[in-house]
Amino acid sequence: MNALVLRLIAARIGLALVSLLLVSAVVFAITALLPGDAAEEKLGLEATAETLAALRHEMGLDRPALLRYGDWLAGMAGGDPGRSVVSGALVGQLIASRLPNSLLLAGLTAAISVPLALGLGIAAAMWRGSRFDRAVSMGAVAVVSVPEFLIATLAVLLFAVQLRWLPALAYTGPDAELAELARAYALPVFSLCCVIISQMLRMTRAAVVDQLRAPYIEMLRLKGASPLRMVLRHALPNALGPIANAVALSLSYLLGGVIIVETIFNYPGVAKLMVDGVTQRDMPLVQTCAMLFCAAYLLLVTVADVLGIVSNPKLRHR
Amino acid sequence: MSAAPPSSAPAQAAPGQGAAVAVRGLRIAAKGASGEHTIVHGLDFDIAPGEVLALIGESGSGKTTTALALMGYARQGCRIVGGSVRIGDIDVLGLDAAAQRRLRGRTVAYIAQSAAASFNPSRTLMDQVVEPALIHRLMSRDEAERRAVALFRELALPRPDSIGQRYPHQVSGGQLQRLMAAMALISDPALVILDEPTTALDVTTQIEVLRAFRRVVRERGTSAVYVTHDLAVVAQMADRILVLRHGAARELGDTRQIIEAPADDYTRSLLAAAHPAPRAGGPAADATATPLLSVRGLAAGYGPRGADGMPAVPILADIDLTVRRGQAIGVIGESGSGKTTLARVVAGLVAPARGEVLLDGALLPPTLARRSKDQLRRIQIVFQIADTALNPAHTVERILARPLQLYHGLSGAALQARIARLLDLVQLPSAVAGRLPGGLSGGQKQRINLARALAAEPDLILADEVTSALDTVVGAAVLDLMAELRRELGLSYLFISHDLNTVRAVCDEVVVLYAGRKVESVPRERAGVAEGMATGSAARHPYFDLLARSVPELRLGWLDETAAREAQQPAGARAAGCCVFLDRCPVRLAGVCDSLPPPRRSLPGGGEILCHRAEVPAARA
Repeated sequence: MNALVLRLIAARIGLALVSLLLVSAVVFAITALLPGDAAEEKLGLEATAETLAALRHEMGLDRPALLRYGDWLAGMAGGDPGRSVVSGALVGQLIASRLPNSLLLAGLTAAISVPLALGLGIAAAMWRGSRFDRAVSMGAVAVVSVPEFLIATLAVLLFAVQLRWLPALAYTGPDAELAELARAYALPVFSLCCVIISQMLRMTRAAVVDQLRAPYIEMLRLKGASPLRMVLRHALPNALGPIANAVALSLSYLLGGVIIVETIFNYPGVAKLMVDGVTQRDMPLVQTCAMLFCAAYLLLVTVADVLGIVSNPKLRHR
Repeated sequence: MSAAPPSSAPAQAAPGQGAAVAVRGLRIAAKGASGEHTIVHGLDFDIAPGEVLALIGESGSGKTTTALALMGYARQGCRIVGGSVRIGDIDVLGLDAAAQRRLRGRTVAYIAQSAAASFNPSRTLMDQVVEPALIHRLMSRDEAERRAVALFRELALPRPDSIGQRYPHQVSGGQLQRLMAAMALISDPALVILDEPTTALDVTTQIEVLRAFRRVVRERGTSAVYVTHDLAVVAQMADRILVLRHGAARELGDTRQIIEAPADDYTRSLLAAAHPAPRAGGPAADATATPLLSVRGLAAGYGPRGADGMPAVPILADIDLTVRRGQAIGVIGESGSGKTTLARVVAGLVAPARGEVLLDGALLPPTLARRSKDQLRRIQIVFQIADTALNPAHTVERILARPLQLYHGLSGAALQARIARLLDLVQLPSAVAGRLPGGLSGGQKQRINLARALAAEPDLILADEVTSALDTVVGAAVLDLMAELRRELGLSYLFISHDLNTVRAVCDEVVVLYAGRKVESVPRERAGVAEGMATGSAARHPYFDLLARSVPELRLGWLDETAAREAQQPAGARAAGCCVFLDRCPVRLAGVCDSLPPPRRSLPGGGEILCHRAEVPAARA
């Protein structure tokens, strides 16, 4: 670790923070542009111009947008994103009750898909051109071509409706047995894995193949090194940067995928909360969820960038 | 096959002893668009224990393919289809994959052309140097490291005890090449294959590496195969030479016989191309007329500019240069000396930080965007690698049509006629007009590259290492062409090269760059080695002297006789602005060279020099 690496890492983190600020402005602006607001939603058919105006004033919706943005941002930064305009509950509490569920779903998916994708990708790169490689690559393309909502729906139709092996709804109570838990999570995790495995697999394969074409690998072969040694001890460390980026990008895709999968399986996660927020025009809730997703995305990408910097020997050892 | 592990083979029994190699009927095929075709046609040769055999030929001659086959290895797309290779008692081509792995790096070791690409960038040098010994379980890691340090010392690497802790990007190209030799020799192989091990190095570095290689190979009595295209290098390294062309043997004989009395026509043409004859220049340039190009007090570099206007990474400083109409000026120096940056400044690709560039006495704007179309037309650049300079998706016709349309507004029949004329000028058949660059040979591509520059009808051509990527014979033909075009069209060249022979052959004057400074300029008559020696070191910059003496000569014993030398120790403290060559200068004067900036002095008979020693001929040491 040296001054240059630290400076580069600091620059990456600074850039991520600036991005987050820009994203907050965009999120706020877009939610402000959505037709209708919480006052209209709350009053429904009983809305008249007077009652609307009164309610808007009561909810603080008639203040200038810049002012509302400032308050909102300050609240966000202080860990208090405000109250839901629909239920009046604290947004922080709403999210805190759902976040563990979402993290569990994403964590399970990552724990299964990342090792599987890296293993298959590295193996396909080692035996590139073989039947195994072609089968894996074809399978990856086939799976990535099918949208996750279709996979999820088909999986429910097949395993839950036709075969009745697995439950169609994902959520279990807090005191469920492990076997029950596994059965409940099998379908959503499977649907999410399908989407992200193929991306990671293909990019891992490409990164490792790229390294295996390098002259130093030929040199290793002429030194008598075994294929396993060439890949694990030599090619993989050099492919770490691109692989970390592939994993980060795929896991960030998980965030978007979660929205659809949580909806289909009626799973009480943050994404489901956000979708409900949108239908009810609950802007503080929607904004906070959006910021949460963006922050998670930036975190993943920044971690990948930092890994890329740290794994570059030319930067690490000047 | 796996029933006979090679550990029982006698070739591995006695370390440090060369093995006899016998190759019979070796045939190698490559997969092409139209099926497999043979690229090595039934080669037979032997190597006696301890002998160094050179495989020599141009690119495509199959020399590297043959050398790799000695390890039972064929590159992607190639396949060994017949014949036998025996190293000692081992039948190399009959081994299975595991037995081959036990052979490689143990019985036969390989030293590749590009050391920079052959080391894993993310592991320490020591990790990689001791790896063959660890893979083959020859010794413990500690023992291997001790051996490696001993080899580093033997190969004259600086700081042998600690250099292993560094990473490949932290050492120089010449050091990497020697580190690779250590990696090859750590397992005491019976046969070492050296594949163009010094081709990518500067001549001043090459001479040190050649000496180190020859010493370690001779001392160990290892058998060796030396693959190269450079006859002058081979004459120093090999006992016997096998001349290859298109995958077939043309001539096999003792080094002396091949160099002094070649029996084959092709060998003779290789030898002729290795002695570049001076090409006739144009009519004598008029020294009184306004020079075509003049560069005054130029400084340039890369990166953001500081408060003083100098870039963060300064490359060139205080460069003066004049090219008169019809003249060819050669710029020579080692990699990193700023040759290419100079061409880029003249072409407008890099803005000068200080100084000015004048074309026909008129100041040229610093950047391309601010130059007029006519100024752009008058200076054309020809890049080193035609492969990357020509758009692979455009036909030759389209490549040549573009400058013709842009600068001369040609179209229709006039355009076609001009393209035909250009192809004629560079001595290519008009049929190539419809081809893509990928379908042309290296020499043809470089001619198209040149024709593209000529299409603009320029006054000055910046030729950046135009023959460096070409085979000797092909390169010589391109040089002939350039000399002819200069006579016919009255062109001027700024000819950039690291190869003194090439520059001497085509240029009227040689400008020597070192660390971004112009240390000397001499008329070509005085640029030879013998001339420098005759006139004495005082009339020649010590760096130019080192450079000139380091160019391998095509005669036996040159490496032993040549006196090219550098200072063994860097100089100590120095004043700002003193000589850039101080640390390597073998004749530096304490109290003068390290305290005062070197003066620029004109030499009698033309040229100038940036050196204190030119002032004090009496102090010759």
